Parts: sequence; C-alpha cells; structure tokens
Amino acid sequence: MTEAEIKAVVLRVLGAIAPEADLAALDPRISLRDQLDVDSVDFLNFIIGLHKELGVDIPDADVPKLATISGCVAYLASRVNKQR
Amino acid sequence: MTWRPIEKPKTGWTVVPNLLDYERTSAEFSWEAVRRELDGLPGGRGLNIAHEAVDRHAAGERRSHLALRWLGKQGETRDFTYGELSALSNRFANVLRGLGVGKSDRVFALSGRIPELYVAALGTLKNGSVFCPLFSAFGPEPIQQRLAIGEGKVLITTGLLYGRRKVKDLRRSLPHLKHVILIGGDKAALAEPAAHDFAALMAAADDRFEIPPTDPEEPALLHFTSGTTGRPKGAMHAHQAVVAHYITGKYALDFHSEDIFWCTADPGWVTGTSYGIVSPLTHGITNVVDEGDFDAERWYAILQDQKVTVWYTAPTAVRMLMKAGTEPIRKYDLSRLRFIASVGEPLNPEAVVWGQEAFGLPIHDNWWQTETGGIMIANYAALDIRPGSMGKPLPGIEAAVVQKQKDGTVDVIHAPDIQGELALRPGWPSMFRGYLHEEERYRKCFAAGWYLTGDLAKRDADGYFWFVGRADDVIKSAGHLIGPFEVESALMEHPAVAEAGVIGKPDPVIGEVVKAFVSLKAGYNASEALKKELLGFARTRLGPAVAPKEIDFRDSVPKTRSGKIMRRLLKARELGLPEGDLSTLESYE
Repeated sequence: MTEAEIKAVVLRVLGAIAPEADLAALDPRISLRDQLDVDSVDFLNFIIGLHKELGVDIPDADVPKLATISGCVAYLASRVNKQR
Repeated sequence: MTWRPIEKPKTGWTVVPNLLDYERTSAEFSWEAVRRELDGLPGGRGLNIAHEAVDRHAAGERRSHLALRWLGKQGETRDFTYGELSALSNRFANVLRGLGVGKSDRVFALSGRIPELYVAALGTLKNGSVFCPLFSAFGPEPIQQRLAIGEGKVLITTGLLYGRRKVKDLRRSLPHLKHVILIGGDKAALAEPAAHDFAALMAAADDRFEIPPTDPEEPALLHFTSGTTGRPKGAMHAHQAVVAHYITGKYALDFHSEDIFWCTADPGWVTGTSYGIVSPLTHGITNVVDEGDFDAERWYAILQDQKVTVWYTAPTAVRMLMKAGTEPIRKYDLSRLRFIASVGEPLNPEAVVWGQEAFGLPIHDNWWQTETGGIMIANYAALDIRPGSMGKPLPGIEAAVVQKQKDGTVDVIHAPDIQGELALRPGWPSMFRGYLHEEERYRKCFAAGWYLTGDLAKRDADGYFWFVGRADDVIKSAGHLIGPFEVESALMEHPAVAEAGVIGKPDPVIGEVVKAFVSLKAGYNASEALKKELLGFARTRLGPAVAPKEIDFRDSVPKTRSGKIMRRLLKARELGLPEGDLSTLESYE
C-alpha cells in the first residue's frame, strides 16, 4: 500500500468515529487529540478500526506512535508492507 | 465463580494503616472529634475548605512542602509549595473580589487539568463563592445548560476552549454570566465584552487575602449530575464537606504525612474535585496532577518517576491497563506504591486480583456518588477484601439495603444477600444540601429518614456491600453518569429524527457505551450517511463524553401508554434478554 492509500484509510476510520470533524484541516504533525474533540474511548475505537481495516496488530505499547496522522501513516506503512 | 478473600496482615506493617481496627473505630467515631482534627478559620470565624486545604499548612511547618506537582502533556513539570499555592489562590480571591464577585456567586471552570484550574478552585472557595467545575469534553449544550441552571456569574476557561465550545454564541442565552476569564486567551476572544486575561488579572492582584467569616453551612461546591429524565441536577455542597474530605482521605485512602498521591480523575467530575484537589491538601501531602490523557506507559512512568505512594483511579483505566498485560509494568520500579483504590463503577473481581499480580497490591474499590460528596463505602488497607465487593461503610456512615414501599415508607432489609436499594442515614458533612432550584427532586431522594441512592445493592452476612446495578436508566460510561434524556433531547433537534431512545450498552472496558435508537420522520430514509450525520450532530452539541458512540435506526421507539420511552425494553432487545412485563407498552415495533 502507498502512504497515500494508508492515509485515506486513517481518515476514513477517523471520519466514522468523529463525523463532525474537519479532517482536511488537520495538521498531520500535531496530536489528533489536541486538534479533535475525541475522548479516550474514541481513540480506542480508532485503533480498533485501523486494526480491522488494515489487518495490522497494534500492541498497546505502540499506541503512542499513532498520536498524529504522520505517525499513523509511518507506523502503519511499515507494518502493512512488512506483512505482505 | 466465587473469589477467595484477600487477607490482610494483622501485624508487621511498614506503614501502619490509619484504620487498623474497623469495628472499634466505627464504634467510637464522632464527627465532632473529626472536626477537631481540622483548624477552623482563625479567631473562630468558621470553617472554609480552602483554609483547611492550603492556608493552615502555608502558615505552619508545611509551608515549603510540595503541595501540587503538575505534569504537562509535553513533559513539563510545575511545582507549587503550600506557601505558593496559598499566595496564588489569594491572588485569585482578590481577582474575584475586584470583579465584584461575592459570596454564593457561582464561578464555573471549563478547562483541562492545568495549574490555573486548581488555583481558581481554591481562590473561589476563599472568596466564599461557589466553585463549579465543568468537564472539558462537554459540548456546547451541556455547558450552556449547566451555566444556565447554575446562573454562573463567572466562567474561567482557556482561549482554545472558548472558541471550540462556541462559548461566544452561548453567552447570548446566559444573562447571569458577567465575566469570562481566559487562560492563555487569544486576542479575538479577549476583545469580546467582559472578557479578561487571567494572567493580567493575577499579576495585578495582591497576594494577601483574609478569608471572610465562613459558616460551615455556606455553599462551596456545585457538581452537576444526571438523572433519567429532565435537566442535569446541580448538587450543592457546603464548606462543612471538608470534614468528610479529610477523614475519608485518612481512612479510605490511608493518607500519611509523607505520601505522594495521584488521583487520575478530572475535576470536571466530583472525584477530581473531592480527591483530585481537596482531600490530599487537607492532609498537607503532595498531590500529583497529570494533564495528559490515559496512556499505559505514561502512567507507569508517572507512578515510578513521581514515587507515587497512594494511587486513586477508575475501573475503566484499570481494565485498559489489564488489556496491556503485566509485561510493560516489569520495566518500572513501582516499589513506592503502597495503596491503590478505585472508584466510578464496580471493580470486577478479576481486576482486584489482577492488581496483586501486576503491582503486588490489591485494588481497593470504593463507592460514593456526586450527592454524597465523599467516599461512603470502601475497602480499607487493613480490612480483608472480598473481590467484587465495595467494602464496608466508613466509620460514621450508616448504610442499609432497603425496599421503598408504595405508601412512601421504607423497609430495611436485614436478611443478608437480598437485593434492594442502597440507602444512607443523612447527616454526614459532605451530604448534598439540595439540587439547585429543584426542591422537589431533592425531597424525592429521601424517605422515612433515609437518603435513597438510586443504586441497587446487597449486603452479605458480614456487612460487606455488593453493587448490583442502577435503579433507574442512568448510563454509567467510563465511570461518568450520563442522563439518557439529555442525549435523546439533542438528537431530537435534528430535523430527520422523530423519536430517540438512549441506553447504556454493556461494554467490557468502559462499563456501558451510550447507544441511541432513532426513528425517522416521513421523507427520511435510514442510511449510513444519515447515521454519520446524526453521530456528528450529537457530538457537536454534546461533546464526545456525552454523545452516543453508536446509533441504530428503528421503525419506532417503544413507549408506554403515557408516552415514556421504554429504555429497558430497548436494552433487553439489544442484549437478547427476556423483555419482561409489556403490559404498559403502547405499541410493538
């Protein structure tokens, strides 16, 4: 998968959890939780959603790496492309 | 399955628990004696929470002791001694006085866990004004409702939240709101009428302040909570509550003078105020505040680096830690940790026992609610734990399982293991003194000399209490009460929605998830796109802490003949449970 494809999945999962959010306005380097109105339950659902969509196992210890869009894309790209 | 009790040692303690002999302490207990462990205002001028929490230590040998250690999201640390906290809260009291804010005026705070919030809380109490914290994840509707009911005169918030929560638009509907104090305020927000810059006001204020005479019964704190129906209820607490904040810290959390305490709750909920601010400070100990959100590794690092000795957290957090397993914990030195407690919803026995495996310490569940102001039933350091039980009543608290009869009388259930409503004998200092402007709702909480908690419980033959469930439809999600009516009302504002019914769907981690069932008006069709639109609509109004996480469409929402939504039936259907008595049902779906 390309990084652009992964980013599209990330935004789609996020959009299902917080449909009110203006995803186009997100700064990819700033923490999602600082930019969006999401609580810890939303964030947990976000991680579960990424796991379901991409089939990637995300250990709890890696969750902090997924705090930003850039972080998500970098982390998921390395995992998705390694698995296939 | 039944779980084996966790036995506590009888001797050989490194730190001897304050409540060593439960039976004897309970028998000898008197609130008057506890009151004498506090100082009272100098010159017999009354009792003020902020004096007991800060000034009495600042005036004594604890002046240079660390009162508050704040840990920022980005890894920053800010420390406040009792002396510094006293001076800062004096400044804030002077700020309020300078703005013409006086006794009993209500001062609201809407912010994350930042140092200014703690300074503002204590300064407000010093000024004799009433402090009302709001959870920062509330959306504009919960904020507006609470400010309107509470007739908030002052709102302290951040520039960011002011914009994000559309406070500017809300102000039109809040005639009582005279001042907005902005922390880190941006230029646009500060340009609005009656907006003030927190830092500028503080810099110009005197750091000396004499707390005015405070009658112990004067109002001090206002905490909103949710019922099944109607608007949120504002539970009022008096300065006298500090007597309970103090003694519960001593007995239920086992505070000792050199403890470093961390309460993970947000002051937007009652735990984060009673135990995240007041209780540890009344003991003159160090209170750790973390601005960040839940993160297992971050939390273990805090426990280690801050040398936390007493930790008060919530079942949802414990279950999230359990998910990550015990492996990550082994990297940390948590040897300073002596006592762990949990509150918010019943802690399942697996979690109690997991504490022993993970930390070498059991997790002590306790029970209380917004209305009780402080811990009422608890597991204690020196008392054997029955995993899954909330423990025994605090010394000074009389609890019972009762059955309310139709004629208004109350039968106390003496036989063990019989389910009934948990009731408390009124008279403890932190009992709520009313629901603001709702005398009738307050009165209904009491019958035949008991306060009826709305929680169902059992008591076993040895006096341990066991939580069973709520007696009403209130949802408990991640330890917070959510009123289904509040959520339904917000959904009904959407043009497509004809009816809405909201339930708590059981969830293994957060207790219950808010789930909405919606029927649509003619001309609207159920679709994924509409579902997302409704979800976003509700989140924008209610904020992520209150809004539903799931929405399903139904042709109709089941109601009684009198028009009440049958949430129990919605829940039974969702869970595939027996539907029970349907004789009052208006129509089947």
